[in-house]
Amino acid sequence: MIHLAPGDPTELAGADDPVLQQSVEQMRKLYGLDQPLHVQYLSWLKRVVLLDFGRSFQPDGRPVLDKIRERLPVTLLLNLIEMLIILVIAIPIGVRSATHQYSTFDKVTTLFVFVGFATPDFWLAILLQILFGVHLGWLPMSQLRHPMWEYLPFWRQQWDFASHLILPIAVATFGGLAGFSRYMRQSMLEVIRQDYIQSARAKGLDERKVIGKHALRNALMPIVTILGLSLPGLIGGSVIVETIFAIPGMGLLMVQSVFARDYPVIMGNLVIVSTLTLVANLIADLTYSLVDPRIRVGRRGRR
Amino acid sequence: MHAFWRAFVRNKLALIGGLIVACLVVLAAMAPVLAPWDPNRPDIKRILEPPSKQHWLGTDQIGRDVLSRMLYGSRVSLAVGFVSVGIATAIGILLGAAAGYHGGLVDGSVMRLVDLMLVFPRFFLLLAVLAFLTPSIWTIMAVIGLTGWMGVARLVRAEFLALKEREFVLWSQSIGASATRIIWRHILPNAMGPVLVAMTLGIPAAILTESGLSFLGLGVRPPYATWGNILNEGRDAIELAWWQSLYPGLAILITVLSYNLLGEGIRDALDPRLRQSVGRFGGRRR
Amino acid sequence: MKTARLVAVAGIVALVTGCAGDGDRAVESAPMLPSSASEAPAYGDTYIDSLLGDISSLIPTITSDGSSHAVGGLIYSGLVRYDKNLAPEGDLAESWQFSTDCRRLTFRLRQGVRWHDGQPFTADDVVFTWQAIVDPRTPSPYKADYIDVEKVEADGPQTVHVYYRQPYAKALTSWSTWILPRHLLEPYVREGRIREAPQNWNAPVGTGPYRFVSRRAGERIVLVANPDYWEGRPNLSRVVYRVIPSQATTFLELKAKGVDSAALTALQYKRQTDYPAFARAYAKFHYPSNAYTYFGFNLRDPRFADRRVRQAFAHAINKRELIDGVILGLGKEATGPYKPGTWAYTDHVKTYPYDMERARQLLAEAGWTERNADGLLVKDGRPFTFEVLTNQGNDERKKVAEIIQSQLRELGIGVEIRIIEWAALLKEHIRKRRFEAIVLGWGTGIDPDQFVIWHSSQTAPEQMNHIGYANPAADRALEAGRMACVQAERVQYYHRLQEILAEDQPIVFLYFREALPVVSSRIHGIDPGPNGISFNFTKWFVPRQLQRYTAG
Repeated sequence: MIHLAPGDPTELAGADDPVLQQSVEQMRKLYGLDQPLHVQYLSWLKRVVLLDFGRSFQPDGRPVLDKIRERLPVTLLLNLIEMLIILVIAIPIGVRSATHQYSTFDKVTTLFVFVGFATPDFWLAILLQILFGVHLGWLPMSQLRHPMWEYLPFWRQQWDFASHLILPIAVATFGGLAGFSRYMRQSMLEVIRQDYIQSARAKGLDERKVIGKHALRNALMPIVTILGLSLPGLIGGSVIVETIFAIPGMGLLMVQSVFARDYPVIMGNLVIVSTLTLVANLIADLTYSLVDPRIRVGRRGRR
Repeated sequence: MHAFWRAFVRNKLALIGGLIVACLVVLAAMAPVLAPWDPNRPDIKRILEPPSKQHWLGTDQIGRDVLSRMLYGSRVSLAVGFVSVGIATAIGILLGAAAGYHGGLVDGSVMRLVDLMLVFPRFFLLLAVLAFLTPSIWTIMAVIGLTGWMGVARLVRAEFLALKEREFVLWSQSIGASATRIIWRHILPNAMGPVLVAMTLGIPAAILTESGLSFLGLGVRPPYATWGNILNEGRDAIELAWWQSLYPGLAILITVLSYNLLGEGIRDALDPRLRQSVGRFGGRRR
Repeated sequence: MKTARLVAVAGIVALVTGCAGDGDRAVESAPMLPSSASEAPAYGDTYIDSLLGDISSLIPTITSDGSSHAVGGLIYSGLVRYDKNLAPEGDLAESWQFSTDCRRLTFRLRQGVRWHDGQPFTADDVVFTWQAIVDPRTPSPYKADYIDVEKVEADGPQTVHVYYRQPYAKALTSWSTWILPRHLLEPYVREGRIREAPQNWNAPVGTGPYRFVSRRAGERIVLVANPDYWEGRPNLSRVVYRVIPSQATTFLELKAKGVDSAALTALQYKRQTDYPAFARAYAKFHYPSNAYTYFGFNLRDPRFADRRVRQAFAHAINKRELIDGVILGLGKEATGPYKPGTWAYTDHVKTYPYDMERARQLLAEAGWTERNADGLLVKDGRPFTFEVLTNQGNDERKKVAEIIQSQLRELGIGVEIRIIEWAALLKEHIRKRRFEAIVLGWGTGIDPDQFVIWHSSQTAPEQMNHIGYANPAADRALEAGRMACVQAERVQYYHRLQEILAEDQPIVFLYFREALPVVSSRIHGIDPGPNGISFNFTKWFVPRQLQRYTAG
């Protein structure tokens, strides 16, 4: 067979003439490009609501939703763990640097915050890959499972899976951690300056109690919102992390679909990811109103 | 202004950031003079040479001088940063001003649009848009700008809501000044502080985004050398030719760091209270 | 597993005896290869291979991506295949015979072959496979191989007759195509939905040496040895493909022993694998691939329609420097579309040594004499500038374009480079003919028939002569070569074709690069030859004491 070869590094699929030709027709039909505009838009909207994104242009021709479904859990899992880790680490750091403002600890974390903001995640990722994957050989550096995973004993399986997640999560949390501890610090500082905290201190209440009980609870409230707001950023980070660590999630699917111009998958992916973000934001809003009954849902513009 | 300057200079980190930014701008502007070699001239007899007297930062896989490429790359980074943030700011100001000034339905629809845009994870949105466009440096700038205006719009709107009821605006309205005139002459200048901060913090975000896209191979393409491209090309030889991966990464880090320090410095100097509303996640918004 | 067998999905004539060429020096370093065949093969162990992209289909007939072919090649079999020396040998067919006029080809099929699900393999499956490929609703890139087939008939369960409208040189080797199971796929093909068959996604059934076990999308594919394979159970009991979409990461995995095999880049091969630990762990191979890289022009553009301009470019591009710079010398200069050392190749053609003086002179003859302030050549007030396109994701071609850019700049020609994703490049530019110049590659297969690339009838939008080349003399050579069914007769036509192409330079032929695979040194039984290394994969084995993955 004679073929125009895209060449080794990415022997991309979907390159064959007949397949592409068919996909053009398929797309015209799928998006009803022969119909008037408003009809097109309405029918597209209807399909989106029904989560019908059509079939992939790839030779497997699978429904877009199936493709997304098998990739979604990984991305969700990664992002959930990342968020948890960020919270667990960032809150104590933020609180401590607020209560010990201008201490060495505070200065070091501030520096860490700025460096964390500025480090390109893809760069960090390849540096960590080489350090821990090749030179030290401590951690696996791509994908999610050992090639022989199915044949490992149960606990080895769990450890294997977890060890594959360490590097990607480290990279993804690095930047987010910086932002969150910074925010926590400021939120805490503001609360501490409030009158009721000052008066509680004046009354001679135990400092730990003041901080731990009164100040912290109030400082945490805005965090919930920030968490919801920073979610798109976190999920967006999956694109780079998944690409470098060869993790078959939504981010990698997106990049590969863009390379292959697989429009149904691109659109489906975008809609699903955005819907998820929306849902997460709603959850954040609800949580906020639960934590702080003074706020009614809906009135609060997201600021 | 004087007070601002004093406050700013007192913040050493911000000052250092500002100086580095200034240096970077000069380096980028002078790249053709400063670059010791033609950044696009291959020399296959000098493939992957380590840093030396002739090539301070070594050579790449077809023998081009990494230092010269990085100098030219800084132009792309800065251009992308400035142009896309310019676009974002223009859109943000326009929409934010309209929403804040007119209120009501205009405000409602602009804010819904902002909410909608914020729901998209930016990197996904960028990729989706890029899939439909012909790649070029202009597309990248436009797309980064078009997906990054929401923060500015909110800021401007908030400032407007706050300023609208102030006496000088009410007075202008009472003497029949047109809306455009009031916006441009009276309200906007007052809102420029936070916008400036948002811009300073938006530039590093745009630079990071661009380098990420270039690293994936979807960003700015040859003949332009960019830091992300150089890194991407160096990946294949990272252990052999660390200079091709280390220096561009450091360059991005330092640049972004400096802009962020500068931005935070300006913000603190302008008004310490602004800390709460501006550019919280300035460094990173994917 | 990637290269030879799969690129080879077509093309060679019955009479080829094999042309060793330079293929027999394919091994560079293989410290642990057994010195003789005396070592008894052992069964067991798992072979972990790497793929750069996920497979897009498990019915490889409907796709052309390398990953699907690598995996499909182990699950399915064809009627014939290529042996070590690139001669066709029987696979599912025991023997074959041409009628005297070369218009009827009869296959005797092997007896007792069973599909992976236990059903017997028969002549009906062969007829069905042909029907499936030529069905207009089947999106197969292989249809061109069967255009001249008039009909395919089963004559009892063990005999198949293929009737051709006219003699077709590639008749035999086109039947190396994967035979599909009729009993499972027929309803889908009949409804034009072959892509939606479960066999295309996670239940492929073939007759090949390995059976499909499982896959995780975007992650890996697991195959297990087929105990009923007609040649006997393969030695390696399991094959796992890991999908790692970056050659850089794959290389890191190789160093960390996470994969047993990978195709290396020239830089990795030449400069990053020369240390003792690597040499102990892996055997490195290299052999010329069947693909060449070229610098092509849109011949509809009047500037490029002038042969002197193209010849000037050929003189101005220093191919040696290009090969040294881009692939560190791991390739051969191309003088035409055939790989040096193959039977159709001739070096008695016009060559274009690097000669800037000659290039300037040719351009001057074509009317490019004046220069503008930027030092660019100008004709009729227009400077000589153009844009060269190549595909994203291929660093090698990007480097080629960059070096050409700098070499042509010396001639006073301004070249802009644009890099576009493969799918978009094909659809928006190549197919619509919206390009000035391109740096791309042709994977040519083994048979020298390149009718679809060079013939003047093949310039329609969907066809492959996208540069728009038309030369009646070349047309005649192509037609004659395609219809002659004796190799000795074909040689002369292809030599003629190469002379014409060398004179015309419709594209500047740059180089044939080498395939650079490495395989874990615990794998024994590799027998490199002109057909690369993977043709005898089923005979590879790991001696008992070296087996690494023994669980399960």
